[in-house]
Amino acid sequence: MVSKVNLQRRQLLVGGVAVGVAGAAAATTAVHDGELGAPPRTIRGSVPWQEGAADSPPAVSGSGYVYFTPVEAVFIEAAAARLIPNDEVGPGAVEANVPFFLDRQLAGPFGRGDHYYLGGPWPKGTPQQGYQSRFNPAQLYRAAIAAIDQYVSANLGAGSFARLAAQDQDKFLKQLESGDLKLGGGVDGKAFFAMLLQNTREGYFSDPIYGGNKDMAAWKMIGFPGAHYNYKDWVSRHGERVPFPTVGFKGRPGWTEA
Amino acid sequence: MATNLNPVDAVLVGFGWTGAIMGQQLCDAGLNVVALERGPWRDTATDFAPGFAQDELRYMWRHHLFQNVSDDTLTIRNNVNQEALPMRHLGSFLLGTGVGSGGVHWNGQIWRFLPTDFLTKSHNEKRYGRKAVSGYDMTVQDWGVTYDELEPHYDQFDKLCGTSGKAGNLQGKIQPGGNPFEGPRANEFPTPPMPQTYGPTLFGKAAAELGRHPFPHPTGNMSQAYTNPLGAQLGACTYCGFCEKFGCGNYSKASPQTTIIPYLLRKSNFTLKTECEVLRIELTQDRKRATGVTYVNSAGEEFFQPAEMVILSAYVLHNVRLLLLSGIGKPYDPKTGEGVVGKNYAYQTMSSVNVFFDDKILNPFIGAGALATVIDDFNGDNFDHHGLGFIGGAYIAGMVTGGRPIEMIYTPEGTPKWGLEWKHAAAKNYLRSFSLSIHGSCMSARGNYLDLDPTYRDIHGRPMLRMTFDFSENDHKMSDYLTDRAAEVAKAMNPREIKLNRRTGSWDVTPYQTTHNTGGAIMGDNPKNSVVNKYLQLWDVPNVFSMGSGAFPQNAGYNPTGTVAALAYMSAAAIKSQYLKSPGPLVRA
Repeated sequence: MVSKVNLQRRQLLVGGVAVGVAGAAAATTAVHDGELGAPPRTIRGSVPWQEGAADSPPAVSGSGYVYFTPVEAVFIEAAAARLIPNDEVGPGAVEANVPFFLDRQLAGPFGRGDHYYLGGPWPKGTPQQGYQSRFNPAQLYRAAIAAIDQYVSANLGAGSFARLAAQDQDKFLKQLESGDLKLGGGVDGKAFFAMLLQNTREGYFSDPIYGGNKDMAAWKMIGFPGAHYNYKDWVSRHGERVPFPTVGFKGRPGWTEA
Repeated sequence: MATNLNPVDAVLVGFGWTGAIMGQQLCDAGLNVVALERGPWRDTATDFAPGFAQDELRYMWRHHLFQNVSDDTLTIRNNVNQEALPMRHLGSFLLGTGVGSGGVHWNGQIWRFLPTDFLTKSHNEKRYGRKAVSGYDMTVQDWGVTYDELEPHYDQFDKLCGTSGKAGNLQGKIQPGGNPFEGPRANEFPTPPMPQTYGPTLFGKAAAELGRHPFPHPTGNMSQAYTNPLGAQLGACTYCGFCEKFGCGNYSKASPQTTIIPYLLRKSNFTLKTECEVLRIELTQDRKRATGVTYVNSAGEEFFQPAEMVILSAYVLHNVRLLLLSGIGKPYDPKTGEGVVGKNYAYQTMSSVNVFFDDKILNPFIGAGALATVIDDFNGDNFDHHGLGFIGGAYIAGMVTGGRPIEMIYTPEGTPKWGLEWKHAAAKNYLRSFSLSIHGSCMSARGNYLDLDPTYRDIHGRPMLRMTFDFSENDHKMSDYLTDRAAEVAKAMNPREIKLNRRTGSWDVTPYQTTHNTGGAIMGDNPKNSVVNKYLQLWDVPNVFSMGSGAFPQNAGYNPTGTVAALAYMSAAAIKSQYLKSPGPLVRA
């Protein structure tokens, strides 16, 4: 079971970079996994150096959902809007494009559980033993959303979570968070809520190359100036606002205006 | 079937800090050395260049530089009555992998343990009585090495890293501005301390008003440019705030990459092999001598690397597991207290206090891995423990490693974790809040240990390591007392409000605490109470040396890397001066 899970994962990794000769591919592609699946190397004589090689981050592209089904997307947009609502102070999770971020995360290595050990057996653990689901994150989202909508339609008189009134959605999410509410289908609702909240914050506050944090508005709201490299001149200027404009890896709008 | 390779003088199992130090020391002594690293090659310009190093999602939350647990993790439980289950995702500690390993994504906090920390049992027993060291099922013991023996080797590491700081005790004379509680240093720090930002400055002022003794944290984040004795150059830190859990794109954080590797790789008697995982140490039939190691590379090919010496220089958890998998030493049994391999696993007892201002802009994003003002008044035995019911202590640091917004938004007591109220609290407090870190010791206890899991196996079919651990009552009491001391300083900073994050309940694998796992291959003065002697040499198999924090019989209230490095240097010195002339036990049992 253990090796099967990992074999699948490795096949996905290899499939993603169209490998000819494994060694040559890892040496020439700009983006590599950086962790598992690289070929063995023997290094002698000097620090290896290759022009242009960089383990640069995997920016997302496109628009629309590739992982979420339309029904799942309705849930995600409704839940994200309650986890971080929109108002004049700053963007809500939906306005910051968090659902799009979540979709791309779940469609990629994170969703596949590339850094999760998922081998069995899977007995129920203590709270201190942490995540003990057999599901990878993408599977957990899929199973949990279905279980939540099923629970809501069976017990709360609405067709789905998204159709509940905002205050009832909050009440439901609080019960999910505390573990008081038990979902069907073998889904650990508390574990799902913890993951959804964490991932929502990630989409809200990570660099915009990952699809969320639209216009860096979440960073601007709190006063985080983004991916700056050097604050040396400001170390000893105690109590002053640092006037740097907010930047991400791709710069900021002012850089690219015509 | 494993392919036999040409013999070498020494094989290094793992290539992080201790592997790089031992490689440099042994190659300079003329030995043929091969290092086997199970992770990938990594270098600053390619893997964490400044153009994309400041990526909280990728490095911190997607674990890009950390050990990938998908094909090899460990199992965990709080006590022997529970069933251990796999740590399915990193959380409490963030294991390293690859060249440089944890030395790439550490903070650069460079501490020396106190002279009395090496005498945990005898010193505390003498001052507080027998029960103070044996109560709560504690199994603390003396190290078998003294601070004075280690001092020249702490000094070596400081010079390698260019450590920035201010000495508090120079050759026995207390110095203003430094840590007056530290053991005597032969030399001042190689570079001056980092200038402090607003938060740590406010902390230092408040602590001084209370009669404490604040000083700048000793750090491997450079306050100015530095060239080390190997000719490696480090640049001044730019305070980008992406240091702990990240690689430094600026050559400003001491790491194997920035201090040793460029020098070592030029030596013709050194070879580094990456993506090569050691499966076991091979022994002669009488099991008194290692013949080398068997490893498998990422292409699935198996090799036998014969070696005169085997240096275990992987992380503590891997070193201990390799000993157990290779059948070296007697495994510890918590029921009988017999056996030594896996004994006295310990951790770090962490808590924190958040401080919230209305009127002060603190700019938390201006940070560095070890940017802090610290008090050491309540660490180790720097204070009177009579009547307190515990031994040990912690440093309290007003620290700003950065203001990374997914991880480091502090909200006041009672704030929900989501919703409009959370968002408003985040927007209001991000620039105006600060955190004090309480970095506590962890005393070893009878029920805390490492062994092999009976159920779960890794991708190679080997049993996973099983960790059985919980904080002892001693450590809970220590942590509560220290959190109260930190709260006093926090209040003296005159904030709007503070929030105490106490260390409560059983050890939980999910929230990040520290990657300071210790013990399991502990050192001591005889083979009955320890796995290695003070030169990190195995009692049972004298041509095997086990580096790292596995040697700690219990963990002090400091970050371990300084002591890990000093122990490695001391081991290398003994190998060069004694062992090579006459291979055999360096200490007679």
